[in-house]
Amino acid sequence: MCAHLSHQSNLVIEGLHKSFPTRDSEVVALKEINLTIGEGEFVAIVGASGCGKSTLLRIVAGLENGYDGAVSLGNRPIAGPGLDRGMVFQEHRLLPWLTVEENVAFGLNGRANGERERIVREHLALVGLSDFAKAHPHQLSGGMAQRVAIARSLVNQPGLLLLDEPFGALDALTRIQMQQEILRIWEAERTTMVLVTHDIDEALYLGDRVVVMSSRPGTVKRIIHVSLPRPRDRSSYEFVQLRKEIYAEFFSEAEKPFAYAI
Amino acid sequence: MARDTNPRLQKIKHLLQYTGLSVVILALWQALFHLGYIKPIILPPPSQVAVTFWDLLKSGAMTRHIGISVLRVLEGFGIAAILGLTLGIAIGLSRTLDRLTDLIIQVIKPIPPIAWIPLAILWFGIGEKSKVYIIFLGAFFPIIINTIDGIRQTDQKFVEVARILEVPRLRFVRQVVIPGALPAIMTGIRVGLMVAWMCVVAAELIAASSGVGYLIMDARQLSQSDVVIVGMITIGVIGKLMDSLIKRLEKRLISWKAAFAGD
Repeated sequence: MCAHLSHQSNLVIEGLHKSFPTRDSEVVALKEINLTIGEGEFVAIVGASGCGKSTLLRIVAGLENGYDGAVSLGNRPIAGPGLDRGMVFQEHRLLPWLTVEENVAFGLNGRANGERERIVREHLALVGLSDFAKAHPHQLSGGMAQRVAIARSLVNQPGLLLLDEPFGALDALTRIQMQQEILRIWEAERTTMVLVTHDIDEALYLGDRVVVMSSRPGTVKRIIHVSLPRPRDRSSYEFVQLRKEIYAEFFSEAEKPFAYAI
Repeated sequence: MARDTNPRLQKIKHLLQYTGLSVVILALWQALFHLGYIKPIILPPPSQVAVTFWDLLKSGAMTRHIGISVLRVLEGFGIAAILGLTLGIAIGLSRTLDRLTDLIIQVIKPIPPIAWIPLAILWFGIGEKSKVYIIFLGAFFPIIINTIDGIRQTDQKFVEVARILEVPRLRFVRQVVIPGALPAIMTGIRVGLMVAWMCVVAAELIAASSGVGYLIMDARQLSQSDVVIVGMITIGVIGKLMDSLIKRLEKRLISWKAAFAGD
């Protein structure tokens, strides 16, 4: 991984500090965040609700303004949204009045018709939904809709894909399927991925590194390198040990839940 | 409990539920007349109203009145729809335009179209133009207000998606803003058409010699309460038909939206 760290398209976050004003004071959402993510890396950020992990992702996406510190991608400071970054949200955010293929094409600007069709076709095939091109979002299951959202986020071939709890609203079985799916896409596309989640298993299953964040203010508590080969076995000894370690960051000894596997 | 699922029986049951109350009211109305509780000059019974309607229809007068009223309403409503939609979309998209126009819209909106009659006559004379103007006023405000509201309610989540994908402004308006505003716009169109149709009586107060509104006003001077009721019911029935037509159009345009239909 060290070889990557010097690469041109690193995401570098330095001394990031973000607070939101409330009526009579302000809430510190992120405090002194330093993080460098190499090209092609899969980083999972795990933390409790309200720890600022989503805010961090939104800053990288260029959706939030007014922060202290520096955030740059490939040595260029981030000053708003750009096609070099894609994003998948917790809700699929598909336009309900457009078909699946129109939704995927939504992000494509100024391409010739033939090229647009080709790109849409390829990306629907990538997420395994070629047969649903003409369907409308309300005809899809939650997992399928999220696949379409992933396809849409990839059409401009962003170097960096930001995933904001993308499987949080799915049932447990679909979630596992989608984790395998995103891994397959990552291996096929080699896009750098930053995933925000509150699911420790998900973070461990996917990430090259797992960034553990603390709440209020949101800080990086610990970074764990996961060197287990993929696909990872969630019930393997090493996996369970790592899970225990991360649990320990969140819960005191007494209330540490027993290890489980689905 | 087993529910009756025979679709044919269900249909008949729903039709009875739909028409039942109207039939009961008509029967009660007729019965009160036969029992001598109401004088026909105050409130003629349904049977007499039906006969009067049939006579007016046979003479061709009714068709002529309805035709001219519908034409006036379509003219006034058409102008209101075109102006209301374009201005509504423009104001909805521009905060500056909104600040420039909001006060004048909010002040003129509550003035009932009927209060405009003196000015309408001064400006447009007593011909068709002044009538169409009155109807236009009635339809314009529901359409523009609902259009502005609809555009303002554009989902922030979709705005973020469009920003991340750098969707150009024009396509953003076409693919995100306007489809999102369509349910509100259709409500404006429906309410606008309804108010336009309700304004037909007010418009035909202006030196009219035809139209359903004229029919009512003329009968009023001659104390023909049965003709008045024929005119009123005609307005009601045609209004209902127009609304059903628009609802059907709405369903086709907004098929992606699964609305709550009630228990």
